[in-house]
Amino acid sequence: MAVDPLIELRDVNKHYGKLHVLRDINLTVGRGEVVVVIGPSGSGKSTLCRAINRLEPVESGTILLDGQPLPEEGRALAKLRAEVGMVFQSFNLFAHKTVLANVSLAPLKVRKRGKDEANKRSRELLERVGLLDQADKYPAQLSGGQQQRVAIARALAMDPKALLFDEPTSALDPEMINEVLEVMRQLARDGMTMVVVTHEMGFARSAANRVVFMADGRIVEDRTPEEFFTAPESERAKDFLSKILKH
Amino acid sequence: MNVLIDNFSLYGEGLLGTVELTVYASLLALVLGFVMASFRVAPVGSLRVFGTVWVDVLRNTPLTLLFFAVLLGLPRFGVVLPFQLFAVLALGCYTSAFICEAVRSGINTVPTGQGEAARSLGMTFAQTLGDVVLPQAFRSVIPPIGSTLIALAKNSAIAGSFSVTELLGVYKPLNEMGYSIIWSFIWIAVGYLIVTLTISAIFNVLEKRYGVAR
Repeated sequence: MAVDPLIELRDVNKHYGKLHVLRDINLTVGRGEVVVVIGPSGSGKSTLCRAINRLEPVESGTILLDGQPLPEEGRALAKLRAEVGMVFQSFNLFAHKTVLANVSLAPLKVRKRGKDEANKRSRELLERVGLLDQADKYPAQLSGGQQQRVAIARALAMDPKALLFDEPTSALDPEMINEVLEVMRQLARDGMTMVVVTHEMGFARSAANRVVFMADGRIVEDRTPEEFFTAPESERAKDFLSKILKH
Repeated sequence: MNVLIDNFSLYGEGLLGTVELTVYASLLALVLGFVMASFRVAPVGSLRVFGTVWVDVLRNTPLTLLFFAVLLGLPRFGVVLPFQLFAVLALGCYTSAFICEAVRSGINTVPTGQGEAARSLGMTFAQTLGDVVLPQAFRSVIPPIGSTLIALAKNSAIAGSFSVTELLGVYKPLNEMGYSIIWSFIWIAVGYLIVTLTISAIFNVLEKRYGVAR
């Protein structure tokens, strides 16, 4: 499978109280690979995504990033997180800062870049997501789709090795979904390593190298999109697909 | 009416004493309050415990008792400072517990996603708090901090019982000189109003300037 693993999860388990949200998760994401995680709600897919940069600590098992195990809370963890970008369902742009300042903040504070250098790079990234003209506005003045594209630019500003997307289009109006997916497709074409939790089957088909199907905290299937969508193996996946594809 | 004009310098000294106590104790309370609030939300367990104990002990001690503890207790351990400084310490530490809780409630108004986004970018706890969470918490803590500092200004009257020059204590010499108690106190009350209304005005300006949610 993956020749050059960037993200590895080995026997990862996590509970929320009695609920076993992650059950013996084993997953390897290779460099440059795009893995789409789908599944019914409550299946643990968001938790899986958040566990990769330890926004959710796990109870047992190992998570390796570029061969290094995730450190405990502290500076070492912060350093590792800087290498993995994250895009959230609710955008989470810093509400008190302009679009440009949102993108530049982490390069300034974490990478200790100069202000001019950071802002120059931020403008390039905003141009890449088509929002250079909004640089001086505040997040609340933008549409959801625009906010999410800024959030992607903000994650890219750290030059991450991989990007995690936690349902990036679930909070968007239908007409804004495409502008975000288009940016993500472009990133995939450019060779960015991506883990994408989504309900967008079209994106999974067109941009993913692999589809991981989760249900009840387990990885049920892990296959190419072509195989998964045309001939799912498990009953659970067949059931899931029949519900979402026929309407 | 004459009591004010005849004893203007006495009132002036008292007012100045109260203003000094209020300003210095406020600064101490603000600094300590922010530090303790940071401790109480820190990822390090021992800091959280320290912050919690600090708040619980100081908030639940009567201020007069705290004055006794500081002014009579500390000298026994060889800490001898001017009484005014002791009073600032007692007032500042006491009020810092209330500031801490106001700041912490402000921190809780900031959506958790803001902190998560900052952490996911590799920012440390201090950077996340200082650059992302506190600036957004600030606007919602302006009104309660204003109230707390007004309470501090009025609490400073207790220092007068410990031979620190301040406004309320002015009544003692006036009383001995035979002035009407009522008028003596009316002008003292006006003095407190000057201090507290100034604090109110400052916080109104701050609220107008920073309190707008974007």
